[in-house]
Amino acid sequence: MNVIEVRNLVKKFGDFTAVNNISFDVRKGEIFGFLGANGAGKTTAMRMLCGLSTPTAGEGRVAGYDIWTEAELIKRNIGYMSQRFSLYNDLSVIDNIKFFAGIYGVDKTTMQRRSNELLTRLNLEKERNLMVESLPQGWKQKLAFSIAIFHNPQIVFLDEPTGGVDPETRRQFWEMIYEAANQGITIFVTTHYMDEAEYCNRVSMMVDGRIEALDSPAMLKSRYNASSMSDVFDIIARGETNL
Amino acid sequence: MAESNFNNLPHDAIVVEGVSKQFGNITAVDNLSFTVPRGELFGIIGPDGAGKTTLFRLLTSLMHPTEGNAYVDGLHTVRDYKLIRQRVGYMPGKFSLYQDMSVRENLEFFASVFGTTIEENYELIKDIYCRLEPFADRKAGKLSGGMKQKLALCCALIHAPSVLFLDEPTTGVDPSSRREFWDMLTRLREHNITIIVSTAYMDEASRCDRVAMMNNGRFISTDTPFNIIRKFDKTLLAIRADNMFQLLNDIRRLDFVDSCYTFGEYHHATINQQTDENTKEKMEQILTSQYHHTNLHINECTPTLEDCFILYSR
Repeated sequence: MNVIEVRNLVKKFGDFTAVNNISFDVRKGEIFGFLGANGAGKTTAMRMLCGLSTPTAGEGRVAGYDIWTEAELIKRNIGYMSQRFSLYNDLSVIDNIKFFAGIYGVDKTTMQRRSNELLTRLNLEKERNLMVESLPQGWKQKLAFSIAIFHNPQIVFLDEPTGGVDPETRRQFWEMIYEAANQGITIFVTTHYMDEAEYCNRVSMMVDGRIEALDSPAMLKSRYNASSMSDVFDIIARGETNL
Repeated sequence: MAESNFNNLPHDAIVVEGVSKQFGNITAVDNLSFTVPRGELFGIIGPDGAGKTTLFRLLTSLMHPTEGNAYVDGLHTVRDYKLIRQRVGYMPGKFSLYQDMSVRENLEFFASVFGTTIEENYELIKDIYCRLEPFADRKAGKLSGGMKQKLALCCALIHAPSVLFLDEPTTGVDPSSRREFWDMLTRLREHNITIIVSTAYMDEASRCDRVAMMNNGRFISTDTPFNIIRKFDKTLLAIRADNMFQLLNDIRRLDFVDSCYTFGEYHHATINQQTDENTKEKMEQILTSQYHHTNLHINECTPTLEDCFILYSR
């Protein structure tokens, strides 16, 4: 089953084509890496998939809803987290949970039960009334991710969730991603760390608004005769694709 | 030429003597002492909140230490702050150029603030600026991440500083642009500029002359990447199989494994020192027969700086 289906999607800003006719599917429970150089069009494509921007042309369904006509339903059925925006620093741990649960329309009883479960699982019971600002970055990230999937979305979009994060904290974060995927949540993630590309079931490589390659890391490495995803990235992003 | 400005400077570009910085009851920098000789590319790595950005602000005279003394080019960071600001370049972690000014306007502005011109120090920024020149009239806010970083580096260099401070200059930058950025840093050393750089990328840290691992306001270890790696004294195995998530959890159950963490297409596991030679075979046997892993590959491997960082963080 596909959680994302995209056909011939285009987004233009004036005479600049940011997303140029891309087509791909993402399967349920998959960890899908959405890679590309800065300015390749990843964020623009992702905004359309999240129902935040209307395409210029093309079709797409996310979580079973049409990106043209059902953007509001898409927003309700996905989770989203980025490095830049995740939690409110000046709200407590529990208030952040309540706030986002409220936005996603989680009812009060479910909210109470799940927030207790969440705080136990993250070992944050003692910190429930602490301002998020005072938590170490690693905890903040785990909390942000847990809140992004609090309403049980079919799919969660992660926009560079580990940018500027140290090696140890990045790994803790990826273990949470693994676990969520294991429970059937589809993960759509962008990253500039090529070791993280290896943790994805499949990755796409975007160049100048187009998807230049899409496959499992192992297949990509073998196709481009590269020893690492970092080499694959260099080959594709620099346009040396005549292999 | 830029180099001629640096004659008669002390051998050590940075001298830090017992520097501490308190914010209320938080100690961001804790009795830190170190020196950086001139011309060195000195890397600082460490988790968020380790004190890296505070250290940069202290050394660039933007903040006063609570205790201790720090010198840049022999100048005191508190008493001689005006002189220090004229001679250091600082690229803060957050993009801080004028978004609504063009590439050229930003560069001209920073040059004029320091009483110089683009032409006067063009030699220094040539390699970097030539990549930006096609976009000279584009607003800085409209540049891609990699381009922004290159422009910020040009602006930090335009007054030919003797010491350059770069606070996580490549966060959010794609792998190819990161490599280009570091090629540029390496070339800057030919001009004898001392560079202090913090990064969360261990491949970048590996390109420094020396690396300091910072945590809780202190340097835990300061050495060349080669020596840091040499001091890694545990057996390290690289392991992969079909079900990587399950594999991670299963390896952690083995009593002869100290720690196991993801590492790209493999997991890395460190082994207790007491273990005999046959660890690899023993692991292979348990993971196949007891946990039923398929397509299992286990190899002994050499550690990288990233392995060292993880070992130190635990």
